[in-house]
Amino acid sequence: MRLRYYASLFGLLLCSAVLGADEEKHPELRDLFFGEALFHAYQDEYFTAITRLDTELGQYYALDEPQLDPFHFHIKQAEFSVGDLELSYRMHQRAGRAIQAVLEGDVRPSVRNEAAYRLAKIYMQKNEPVNALHIIESMTGEIPERIQVEEAYLRSQVYIAVGKFAEAVVILRDLQDEDSLEGFAAYNLGIALIQNGQEKEGIMQLEKVGTLASNDPAVLAIRDKANLTLGYRMLENGAPQFAANYLERVRLDGPFSNRALLGAGWVKVSLGQFDKALVPWSLLHKRSEIDTSVQEVMLAVPYAYGKLDVYGKAALMYGHAMDVFGREVDSLDASIRSIREGKFLQAVLREESKQDPNWLINLRDLPETPETRYLMELMASHDFQELLKNYFDLAELRAGLADWLQSLDVYEEIIDIRRGYYTPLLPVVEKEFKTLDTRIKLRLEQRDRLEQRLKGMLISRRPEYLATADERAAVDTLAKIRTYLDAHPKFKTAENMERIKRLQGVLHWRVNTEYDERLTEAYENLRLLDEHIDKLNRIYHSFIRTRQAATQSYEGYTIPIQMLRTRLQQAQQKLNAVMARQGRMLETLSINELDRRRKRLEEYQVKARFALAESYDRATKKQQQERETQ
Amino acid sequence: MLRIAKVLLSGLLLLSATSLYAEDISREQIKGLDEQVQDIKKDVIDLTADLSRLEEKLLFPSNTHVSIFVSLAEGDDFRLDAVQIKLDNKVVSHHLYTFRELEALQKGGVQRIYTGNVKTGDHDLVVSFLGKAPAGGEYQRSASYKLNKNVGPKFVEVKLAGPNAGSQDISFKDW
Repeated sequence: MRLRYYASLFGLLLCSAVLGADEEKHPELRDLFFGEALFHAYQDEYFTAITRLDTELGQYYALDEPQLDPFHFHIKQAEFSVGDLELSYRMHQRAGRAIQAVLEGDVRPSVRNEAAYRLAKIYMQKNEPVNALHIIESMTGEIPERIQVEEAYLRSQVYIAVGKFAEAVVILRDLQDEDSLEGFAAYNLGIALIQNGQEKEGIMQLEKVGTLASNDPAVLAIRDKANLTLGYRMLENGAPQFAANYLERVRLDGPFSNRALLGAGWVKVSLGQFDKALVPWSLLHKRSEIDTSVQEVMLAVPYAYGKLDVYGKAALMYGHAMDVFGREVDSLDASIRSIREGKFLQAVLREESKQDPNWLINLRDLPETPETRYLMELMASHDFQELLKNYFDLAELRAGLADWLQSLDVYEEIIDIRRGYYTPLLPVVEKEFKTLDTRIKLRLEQRDRLEQRLKGMLISRRPEYLATADERAAVDTLAKIRTYLDAHPKFKTAENMERIKRLQGVLHWRVNTEYDERLTEAYENLRLLDEHIDKLNRIYHSFIRTRQAATQSYEGYTIPIQMLRTRLQQAQQKLNAVMARQGRMLETLSINELDRRRKRLEEYQVKARFALAESYDRATKKQQQERETQ
Repeated sequence: MLRIAKVLLSGLLLLSATSLYAEDISREQIKGLDEQVQDIKKDVIDLTADLSRLEEKLLFPSNTHVSIFVSLAEGDDFRLDAVQIKLDNKVVSHHLYTFRELEALQKGGVQRIYTGNVKTGDHDLVVSFLGKAPAGGEYQRSASYKLNKNVGPKFVEVKLAGPNAGSQDISFKDW
C-alpha cells in the first residue's frame, strides 16, 4: 500500500488492487482451478491468470446445471477477479464491461458498491473523471469495510479532478488521520483547500504535513513535497522571507532536494542577498548535470557572481556552463539518432530489463543506446508507463504466439506418428475384437436366459431344471430302459419295473427335497457369475475406450489445427502492426522529450553566451575603471 | 530568471503528472492505440484458451490425465524451498520455489506442479518437501498416497503444512 502511494507521489502508475479481497486472508478454496488462477494472479502473471479464469468461466456458463460445479462457490469472486486482472493487464474496456455487468445485476448493495468503486477507479486511470464522478455518485447503501478508506480517498481524488474542491475537503478532513494514508490525505487536503480559495487554511494544513515526524520514506517524501510546495507558494506570493523556512526543511538527500536548493537560492536573490544565494546553489552546482535544476543553477551561480561584481569568476562559470550544455546537447542528439535507428526499443526488450529494477538507467551503459537519464521524468508519466508496459505485453504475446505456432508443428508430428503406429494395428485388433465381441454377447444372452429361468422358478417350482448332469443322465437312462422293456416284454418283469420305479422315485425325491437348497445355490452361482461378468464388462468397456482413445489420438485434429494456425497467423500480423505503432509512439514520445530538453539547453546556451560576453565586458570595464582609478 | 521559478512553482501545484509529450501525439491517438492493444490482447487470450484446450486433449486425454496440485495450509509461516513428486517410484517433478511463488501459495494460490498420463488403476504417489521452520531449523517431510486412476481425469491436491500449523504435514485430497 505504502509503496503504491510512494509511486503515485512521483506520478508513476497507480496499480489496481488485484484480487484485493483475497490478499487479506486465505479464501476457503472450493475449486482447484480457481486456486490455480489465483496462484498466477498473485504473481502478477495476469495473462495466464485471465486465460485460466476465462476458461473456467466459459465452462461454467456452458453447463446445464452450473450449481453442481464447485466453481459456483467462487463465481462472484471470479467475475470480480477477472475484471480486476484485466484492469491490471491494462484491458480497461473489457474489465469495465465485466464490472458494469455486475453493477447492473440484481446484487446486494455491498457487492454493487464494490463494483462501482472498481469501475470508478478504471475511469480515473483512463483520465475520465466525469465518468468516475457519475459512478461514484450512483453509489448508495453499504460499502464493504475493506474498501471504505480506499473508496473515500478515490472519491476525494475524483472531486479534485472535476473541480469539486469543497466536497473533496470534507472527505479528506475525515481521512487525514488514517494510518494507511498518512501524509497523503493531509497533503491533498491542503491542496484542495488552496484550490477552493481557502488559502490560509490550506497553507496551515500543508504546514502540518511539512512537520510530520516519521521514519517512513513515503511520508518523508510527502513531507518534503509539502515544504517545497509551501516554499514556492510563498515565493510566488512575494513573501520570500517565509519561503526560506519551508525550503530549508526539505531533506538534502530526498527526491525534492534539488528543487529545494534551487528555490532556496532564488529566495535569497529575491531578498537581494546574492552572496547567501551562492550557499545552496554551490551545493546544487556539484550535483548531476542531467538534472534540470542543476542545469538552471549553472546559469544562476555565475549570475549571482555577476551581481556580486565578481565578473571574472562569472565569465569562467558561464564558459563552463556552455561546455556542459554543448556536451549534453551532443549527447541528446546522439540519443535521438539512436532512438530513430530503433536502438531504444531493441534495448528495452532485452531479457535483462525484466530482472533489473533500474533497467532504464542502466540502458545508457549499453553501446549505442540513448542517454536514458533524460527520460526519467517522461518515464514517470502515467501515459508513457502504460505505453511501455503494453509494449512489453505485446512482446510477450508475440513470443507466445511464435511458441504456439512451433507447438502446432510438433503436435502435427505427434499426430502423424500416432497415425503411423495405430493405422496398421487397429484393423487386426478390430477383427479380434469382433470375434470376442460375438462370444461375449452370446455368453451375456445365456446368462440373461438363466436369470429369467431362475426368476420363473420362484413363481412355479421346476425341480427338474435344477437336476445335476448325473441325475439328468440317470433319468434319461431310466426312461430308455423303460422304453426298451416296453419293446421287449420278455424282460419286462415286475421286479425290473419295480426297480426302475424305485430309482425314478429316488431321483424325484432327491431333486424335490433338495429343491430350495439347489435354488439358493443357483442364485449364489448367478451372483458369482455376475461378478465375473462385471469384470468382463469393465475390460470390455476399457477396451472400447482405449480403442476410441487410440483413434481420437490422431483423428479430428487436422481441421482444428489448421484453423488455429490461421488464427495464430492473423493474430501475429495484427500484433506486429500494433506493436510497430506502439513502438513508434514510444520512440516519438522519447524523442519529443529529448528534443524538449535539447531546446531548453540550447536556450541556456544562448543565455550563457550572451551572459558570458556581458561578463567579459563588465570585467574589462571594471579592470579599466580600476586602472583609471590607480 | 525569476520567471523560471514561477514556472516551476505552478508546475508543483499539479497533483498528477503533467503530460510531457509534444503536440504531435494527442491523447486520442494514445487512446486509439490503447484500444487496439486491448483488442489484440483479447484475441490472444481467447486463442490461447482454445490452444490450451487442444493441447490438453491431445497430450493429456481424460482417460489417462493426472494432475497434481500443491497448496499450503492456511496461516502457515514456514518457508517452503522445494517439493519433489514421485509417481510409481519415478521422480516426475521437482520444483524449487521463488519468493513470489511462495507468497502466492501463502495467499491461497494453488500450484499445478505436475500433469501427465497414467493407466487406470492404483499408483504410488510420494511427495517430499524441504523448507525452513519459522524457528530456523530445516524442515523436511515425506508422505505417500495411493492414487486411484479411474476413467476420468484425476486431480490430486497435496496440502503442505509447517510445524506450527496444527494439521498433518502432508495431506492429500482427491478432487
